[in-house]
Amino acid sequence: MEATVLVHERFEEETNTGIPHDKMGMWVFLCSEVMFFTGLIGGYIVLRFASPFWPQPSTVLNVPLTAMNTFILICSSVTMVQALGGIRAGNPARMKLFLCLTLFFGAIFLSIQGVEYWKLLHEHTRAYPNGFNPHASLFGSVFFTTTGFHGFHVFCGVVCMSFVTGKAFLGKYTQADHQCVETIGLYWHFVDLVWIVLFTIIYLI
Amino acid sequence: MSEAHRVPNYMAIFWWLAGLTVVEVGYSSILPHEHKVLLIVGLVGFAAVKASLVALYFMHLRFERRGLGIIVTSTLILGCILVGVGMAEHLLPRP
Repeated sequence: MEATVLVHERFEEETNTGIPHDKMGMWVFLCSEVMFFTGLIGGYIVLRFASPFWPQPSTVLNVPLTAMNTFILICSSVTMVQALGGIRAGNPARMKLFLCLTLFFGAIFLSIQGVEYWKLLHEHTRAYPNGFNPHASLFGSVFFTTTGFHGFHVFCGVVCMSFVTGKAFLGKYTQADHQCVETIGLYWHFVDLVWIVLFTIIYLI
Repeated sequence: MSEAHRVPNYMAIFWWLAGLTVVEVGYSSILPHEHKVLLIVGLVGFAAVKASLVALYFMHLRFERRGLGIIVTSTLILGCILVGVGMAEHLLPRP
């Protein structure tokens, strides 16, 4: 506890906000990301309201599979916060374990999303004889754009997380200096938060 | 003070998030889709609670400085205005 207070006091002196610069930078970036996803979600809502025909998402999409994927992403958020808790408590082994678990869950999420896309694109249903794809309908177009951009964010998160995990195994983070873990954690939780909203709006409503 | 705060019970938050996801899926499958308003209000409410839990506890926004909260809140307000204006285009009667 004393160490964390000392670290904080150092930031108090070095920044005029009392928040480390990289953390503040990440928050500003996340605010811009909020606007980006708001644009996509807003576009989805407006198009859905305006469209005379819009299929019930549960008849096209695999809701149970995606619910499981949502659960996996929530698990990854918990492991991420446990990794940060580990290094804050001066336990690098715990941090490494939970960073690896976060990476694992992120990769599982992407794999399941890949399977979901493959099935949607290749399965021929009565409503979509050529598969559910961006050409098939307006819903398909907005669905792939929105979830695709989110998937891209998860992919970027996994890449950055791999980098941070590698540095963790090289012993670069200590109880007093682990800002990088917190910063990537913020990004990861944001990606989880966005998925929680997307899952509700695109899959359930 | 952003660093020296009481550590929240992360597992309790996790179970709340998992439980709300199950309730959300159950709610959308049980409620007839003719009750559109009830469905939307309920599901958006559940999503808002879940998103708030992640932001407040996992992203530690609850323990951060007020200035950061103001930055994030103003972004959310702008986002709501953006979606609201788009929806108003279709909901409001045309002259």
